[in-house]
Amino acid sequence: MDFTIPVEKSVQKDTTKRTFDLEKIRSDFPILERKVNGKQLIYLDNAATTQKPDVVIESIKHYYTFENANIHRGLHFLSELATESYETSRLKIKEFINAMSAAEIVFLRGATEAINLVAHSMCRGNFFDDGDEIIISEMEHHANIVPWQMLCERRNVKLKVVPIDDNGDLIFEEFEKLLNPKTKLVSITHTSNSLGTVNPIKEIIDLAHKNGVPVLVDGAQAVQHGKIDVQELDCDFFVFSGHKLYGPTGTGILYGKADLLNKMPPYQGGGDMIREVTFEKTTFNDIPNKFEAGTPNIAGSIGLGVAVKYLNSFDINDIISHEVNLLNYATKKLLEIDGLKIIGTAKNKSAVISFVVDGVHPYDIGTMLDTQGIAIRTGHHCTQPIMRRYNLPATARISFGIYNTIQEVDYLIEALNKILKMIR
Amino acid sequence: MTIKEKQEELVKEFSRYENWEDKYSYLIKVGKELNYFPEEYRTDKNKLDGCQSQVWINADFKNGKIILQADSDAMIVKGLIALLIKVYSGHSPDEILTNPPEFLATIGIDSHLSPTRKNGLGAMLKQIQLYAVAFKALKSK
Repeated sequence: MDFTIPVEKSVQKDTTKRTFDLEKIRSDFPILERKVNGKQLIYLDNAATTQKPDVVIESIKHYYTFENANIHRGLHFLSELATESYETSRLKIKEFINAMSAAEIVFLRGATEAINLVAHSMCRGNFFDDGDEIIISEMEHHANIVPWQMLCERRNVKLKVVPIDDNGDLIFEEFEKLLNPKTKLVSITHTSNSLGTVNPIKEIIDLAHKNGVPVLVDGAQAVQHGKIDVQELDCDFFVFSGHKLYGPTGTGILYGKADLLNKMPPYQGGGDMIREVTFEKTTFNDIPNKFEAGTPNIAGSIGLGVAVKYLNSFDINDIISHEVNLLNYATKKLLEIDGLKIIGTAKNKSAVISFVVDGVHPYDIGTMLDTQGIAIRTGHHCTQPIMRRYNLPATARISFGIYNTIQEVDYLIEALNKILKMIR
Repeated sequence: MTIKEKQEELVKEFSRYENWEDKYSYLIKVGKELNYFPEEYRTDKNKLDGCQSQVWINADFKNGKIILQADSDAMIVKGLIALLIKVYSGHSPDEILTNPPEFLATIGIDSHLSPTRKNGLGAMLKQIQLYAVAFKALKSK
């Protein structure tokens, strides 16, 4: 699997790529210079959203300063320019995840909207019969639970859940057992946002396909940390958010295999998604426009293309090894803290660490770290079933991005020790 | 001491602390000093919604005064509720309802707490005021 490329294997270096110079990278992100509560900001909430490099920020300014017009319909200069930028961005995304065609890339608000689109559209189309089943896992974000529950209620379909073990690994045998002729869809996360578990996604897809079942992959926590090739994975849908990959908020992508997208009815009606409208009957545009009703987030989608280009300017193996280093170092240092327990110790982990400390509420940890300028996340991380699984009200979570440093981990550990002394 | 005087005293106390770490240390200390919370009060009825941590507030009405007791599983939240109890417990419904917690703004707690935390504080305050309204109505019957 792409994600597990060990650092020591020394993959062929791509010399056309930018050198991984952390200081330079940090200077690409203007927000990292700011102070919070009088202290230098240390941003460790990257699984919630990442910061934006200046090229992305500038691209949005550039769009509104020089190109702003509505796309696809106008034949004036600016409209053509905006359309070209928007469609070029789609091409960049297509290349980024190696889709077969740009028509398979739908611009949306985020991963949540992408899953909702698929669920709503499949609900309206002829995809399910009474008693059919959809398989998800116990580690899903609410965004990959609730849309399916809503579908299940309307279509008399059952939701089946693959359990996880104490380490936060998916119990693969249970997945095998759940697959049956009634299974019509598997919708599963590539990487868990609260445990950091990286699922054996290729094996999951292969096994589902052997049973004739299509697979939706929630890649919201995966695309920014490793190479995704949707053709190699052979997933049927792949969704992700732009803002977690150094792009603007309010952007996201649904990738779907063309034959599936063609079979699916539109999700929303309105401008741009139609071919011809009469009061008697409306015919719909081709994919992807069929799924992009109304004026989209043009500036944001262009910004997302720039973010992808930014990420692509690095050798992905450099990013992976940097984040693996941060994960390993932080894990080791955190475990030295008395009473601290890491929730999520899967064999294959992304740079996300959830933890709890004996006798200390995560809320207090988050609040006190904030006074030190350190941004982390506390709470259930939109994964309440996981919290129930571990019998916890909440966890504290740190998550790394391309710009985080070992020094920041040291500062975090120092601050943690200080505040735990105060709270306990 | 009147509610107003108690508020002034807390403002004075907080003014001793220059940085946020010290202010939070004080808040945690106040929380730790909060009286024992009887287990029978830890009910769903007494539990507040909308906070990341769990908060329980119990109110008794004795000799025209409201006696407040509270607890939370998070120390900082416990400190916040302890401040409100210091100010409002032992006062009549009218006193509680006519004295808004101006000290929160003065000590900077309202501006330095994030929206979710602020809601927690807001929810605690609202609950105390609701108790005051309810006991006032009961008294006038």
